[in-house]
Amino acid sequence: MKYKSQKIAYYFFALALLLLVLQIVYGFIMGFARVGYDGLHEFIPFNTARAVHTNLLVVWLLTGFMGAAYYIIPEEAEKELVSVKLAYVQLISLALVGVTAIVGYHFNYWEGRKFLEIPRPLDYLVVVNVLLFLGLILATLFKGKKRTTTAMVLTMGLVFAALLYLPGMIWFDNQTIDSFFRWWVVHLWVEGVWELILGGILAFLLIKLTGVDREVIEKWLYVIIGLTFISGIIGTGHHYYFIGTGKIWIILGGIFSALEPFAFLAMVFFTIGMYRKGEKKHPNKIALFWTVGTAVVSFLGAGMLGLAHTLPAVNRYTHGTLVTAMHGHLAFWGAYAMIVFAFISYVMPNLTGRKLYESRNGKLAFWLSNIGMFGMTAAFGVAGVAQVYLERKMGLEFGDVQKDIQVHFYVLIACATMFLTGVTYFIIEFLKYGKPNDEAIVEDNTVE
Amino acid sequence: MMLSKKSAKVFFFGGTIVTFAMFLVMSFMTLTNEVPKRTHEENLSAEVIAGKKIWEENNCMGCHTIMGEGGYYAPELTKVYDRRGEGFIKAVLQSPVPWQPRGRKMVAYNMNDTDAANMIAFLKWVGEMDLNGFPPEPDYKSTKNNKK
Ligand code: HEC
Ligand code: HEM
Ligand code: HEM
Ligand SMILES: [Fe+2]
Repeated sequence: MKYKSQKIAYYFFALALLLLVLQIVYGFIMGFARVGYDGLHEFIPFNTARAVHTNLLVVWLLTGFMGAAYYIIPEEAEKELVSVKLAYVQLISLALVGVTAIVGYHFNYWEGRKFLEIPRPLDYLVVVNVLLFLGLILATLFKGKKRTTTAMVLTMGLVFAALLYLPGMIWFDNQTIDSFFRWWVVHLWVEGVWELILGGILAFLLIKLTGVDREVIEKWLYVIIGLTFISGIIGTGHHYYFIGTGKIWIILGGIFSALEPFAFLAMVFFTIGMYRKGEKKHPNKIALFWTVGTAVVSFLGAGMLGLAHTLPAVNRYTHGTLVTAMHGHLAFWGAYAMIVFAFISYVMPNLTGRKLYESRNGKLAFWLSNIGMFGMTAAFGVAGVAQVYLERKMGLEFGDVQKDIQVHFYVLIACATMFLTGVTYFIIEFLKYGKPNDEAIVEDNTVE
Repeated sequence: MMLSKKSAKVFFFGGTIVTFAMFLVMSFMTLTNEVPKRTHEENLSAEVIAGKKIWEENNCMGCHTIMGEGGYYAPELTKVYDRRGEGFIKAVLQSPVPWQPRGRKMVAYNMNDTDAANMIAFLKWVGEMDLNGFPPEPDYKSTKNNKK
């Protein structure tokens, strides 16, 4: 690392990994409930487990993005972060709001709006927290020496993500309108502005890992995020087919959302292309694995498995079934979890001055978690397709079908165990690096 | 390479502005023309709205889907009013022990008559929406089930 203040990133990553472990615990609670072991039902009914599982996912990913921004922005802007103290305040208040929300879910303190269960009073605290974060990032960027495209794209993604949170805070009496604006948050996040964050982090990693000229990388970054927005904004329509919003979305939502995979495909060509083009190879192979992995797995999970159910004729049958859960897992993992893992793998040697990237554990972490997650995706997928045929084609009862597909959830639990083993290896590596220290400060971490 | 960084930038900003403008126009038309008709907004009574509050306060969506949105743990409820009728739903909501005829547990809400009536009003209202043919009619009817 180049600036002392970049060390703050470490604490964000530590929090992110802690919340990830908790997320997985709640995933197992649901997995077991689905095979009949619902002993915790009294205290943690399925809806509580689900809200905790998905909210922890969003919070740990955002924590990871924030950590990445605190590392990237000083380096790109060539200026120390304006206030490290306030960054700690932001970290601690983020953790407190997050934990309060999660605890509240166990006591019926929530709003039943999928992914946005945080009650409104806490929403205001989230807003304050995010404003503090953005203030620090923007002040550093605009007082700094440089405003690179990479830094601007990352910052734009973060600012837009904050703005898009707001429509989700309005109450509507009409369930359809409620849902309409819920997608402005959920869809426009993951298939819109989060891809700017993803693209910004990816560009930064490629610049550092391949040594390819910044101008070339940033040019393609614009192309990728251009494809993202052009397809993804109107692509929101793939959530408006069947919620009482009109036929226009069936046509335009269908067409535009079917184009969304191109942005992910472009990301694959971009990443592999830059890797090939880079003449010097960075010794941190594990970071490279995760970086290339992000592009490939997000294309499969978001692009291909998204395409699989985005056409209206298909979605009419798969809408709101385990097919959606299949796609949700691999998409979130490939695009957003893996980019955070890639970034952590890249920065840990820089933050601590220890070069542990040759280890076997690092590779085990990569392969076990990915193979485990593919297995989980397959289990959800098989269960989902069977559910669609039996329930929506053959007209069997929901509850009877669930018994028929129960066996796939044993497979899910087995694969999830493998996944968790991989994540555990990753965390062991993280802990082995130890704390960041000022001795690790160097002029430039780009590959020589 | 022919494409310059500058034209890539124009592609991004231009494309974003054009598609976002289209999106806003379509959203405006949807909210003013389509939604009121398709959801029968005139039927949004105080009971329905009270029912929606109960729906949200208890996060029923964490287990069930409605209009295909929610958890995949429990039955789709968009057409439950048609499928089961008022008495059945009332029994579910007022059950003092977890409702589980097929073995999977619901939370025991033990609702009072007013809350149950409001909840049912909400489910009835949702069931009457024009949802472009969702949920689909099954091609076959199982002999085992008691769907209508
Ligand atoms: C912990 C998960 C859970 C929560 C929370 C939950 N339910 Fe249920 N519900 C179920 C399950 C499981 C069934 C099916 C039970 C069976 O058939 O064995 C069910 C069945 C029903 C049924 C009957 C559906 C049918 O087709 O037979 C209705 C109506 C219903 N729930 C309404 C609600 C409402 C309203 C709420 C919120 C106030 C709610 N549920 C909250 C799990 C849940
Ligand atoms: C990284 C990007 C993506 C992530 C993280 C993601 C995640 C998710 C999640 C979590 C859901 C469930 C949402 C809910 O019901 O509340 C969902 C739904 C959906 N996604 Fe994605 N997705 C991504 C990209 C895509 C792409 C590119 C496509 C299309 C090509 C797509 C198509 C769909 C469709 C059609 C649904 C609705 C499923 C239904 O009707 O139940 N997704 N996605
Ligand atoms: C490793 C153990 C895990 C298990 C056992 C597990 C299991 C589950 C289960 C059972 C559901 C609920 C599906 C339903 O409603 O019936 C769920 C939802 C979800 N999980 Fe996981 N999960 C795990 C890890 C993860 C990870 C690592 C991610 C993200 C990268 C993730 C993302 C999601 C998402 C986005 C949803 C909501 C899906 C939707 O609504 O369509 N899960 N998970
Ligand atoms: Fe979407």
